Amino acid sequence: MSVQRIPGFNPMFRLQWEKAQDSYVLLYPEGMIKLNPSAGEILARVDGQRSEAEITAALQQAFPDADSLAGDVREFMEVAREQNWIRFL
Amino acid sequence: MNRTGSVSSSLSPVSGCLPDVEPKPAGQPLWLLAELTYKCPLQCPYCSNPLDFSASGQELSTEQWVQVLRQAREMGAAQLGFSGGEPLTRPDLNELIQEARHLGYYSNLITSGLGLNERKLEQFRASGLDHIQVSFQASDAEVNNMLAGSAKAFEQKLKMAREVKANGYPMVLNFVTHRHNIDRIDRIIELCVELGADYVELATCQYYGWAFENREQLMPSRAQLERAERITNEYRARLEAAGNPIKLIFVTPDYYEERPKGCMNGWGQIFLTVTPDGTALPCHSARQLPVQFPNVKDRSLEDIWYRSFGFNKYRGDDWMKEPCRSCDEKGKDFGGCRCQAYMLTGDAANADPVCSKSAHHGKILQARSEAEVPTDTPMTFRNERNSRVFCRSD
Repeated sequence: MSVQRIPGFNPMFRLQWEKAQDSYVLLYPEGMIKLNPSAGEILARVDGQRSEAEITAALQQAFPDADSLAGDVREFMEVAREQNWIRFL
Repeated sequence: MNRTGSVSSSLSPVSGCLPDVEPKPAGQPLWLLAELTYKCPLQCPYCSNPLDFSASGQELSTEQWVQVLRQAREMGAAQLGFSGGEPLTRPDLNELIQEARHLGYYSNLITSGLGLNERKLEQFRASGLDHIQVSFQASDAEVNNMLAGSAKAFEQKLKMAREVKANGYPMVLNFVTHRHNIDRIDRIIELCVELGADYVELATCQYYGWAFENREQLMPSRAQLERAERITNEYRARLEAAGNPIKLIFVTPDYYEERPKGCMNGWGQIFLTVTPDGTALPCHSARQLPVQFPNVKDRSLEDIWYRSFGFNKYRGDDWMKEPCRSCDEKGKDFGGCRCQAYMLTGDAANADPVCSKSAHHGKILQARSEAEVPTDTPMTFRNERNSRVFCRSD
């Protein structure tokens, strides 16, 4: 698995910031998944253009105090793919 | 319609803040069902619309619907269903879809597919409609058309389901199952696979509205139901093994359960229906209850949701009677469905008779034994003419 792979959303899901939940959520037919803050920050950078490596770099820049995020991002990408939220293009 | 009225709630801060009743703890109305119209080209005998729909008042205007969408979104609503009747009969549907996307809803068009065409599908897509749920009556034209009361319905539905997918929408296919089509569940599933559905709801009829009127002719026998569930499970395993992501959702009728469903996740907790004339309901069949429900023409949704009499009536559990009151499962099923309790026992505060602890559970057992014996009484189709009969008999 290369960090150059590019994640994109399964068209079934739509990510958005939900004020009433104070979090990012994934919306899908007749349901809503409330995301924890780190999952939300990662998915908010998934746009079908940026690679996993670029997303990690962007997060590292947004959260300069965090330790290396590469492992966390990779782990989450696997979860997100298993959940069918994202696909690798 | 409502005693507090629009004047007091908008002009006088004092009376506007006075609740009808002591408000009870309530969640956010995450789910808004917008029943845009009762007009429909079909006549399904299990329609959940009220029997006396023909006596309903004037439909809300576009501007009034926009206000409803805005207010509900402000209160946390995220899922929006455009329903009816057939929502496609509203000429302002596209405008409402645009507004819904603009506000951030995840919107769903719940349709029979009649009145849909390629141009509209593309237009709705561009306006931000998120997904489409097409309802089918059966897997073949004959039964479908018999039940829908329309000869061309099935062909049009197939065509539109294919178009929905071609336009890149996630597609939910909804099959209402009953004793006349449940034995063909294998063909129903195969049709859904062929059409490329993402979700399939194999929903056994729930006996409300017109379906309650036709229950004897609709309710499957236990053997029919068990067979259908077994076949569905076999397909699930087979499709998963083949890597097909289609999701089959099998909904059993609660008449074959011993504990009631946790109806609507609790009264006035997450679900809000607004009917064509603006009546706000905690669920789409609540209109039949002898409870006065507020109207969006008279007061704000926020006031309705948190402070109206109707929305607080069965919130929490202090309205409960025995056996619910002392039951350790009341936090799970909330005593079941208020409408079912009312229809079958005459008192909406009773336990849902689906529960084996209910003194009225015999009504459910009786319906089950009736389902073992086929009946040839004709069904009552949902149309204006039949609806007017119900208006008169009320």
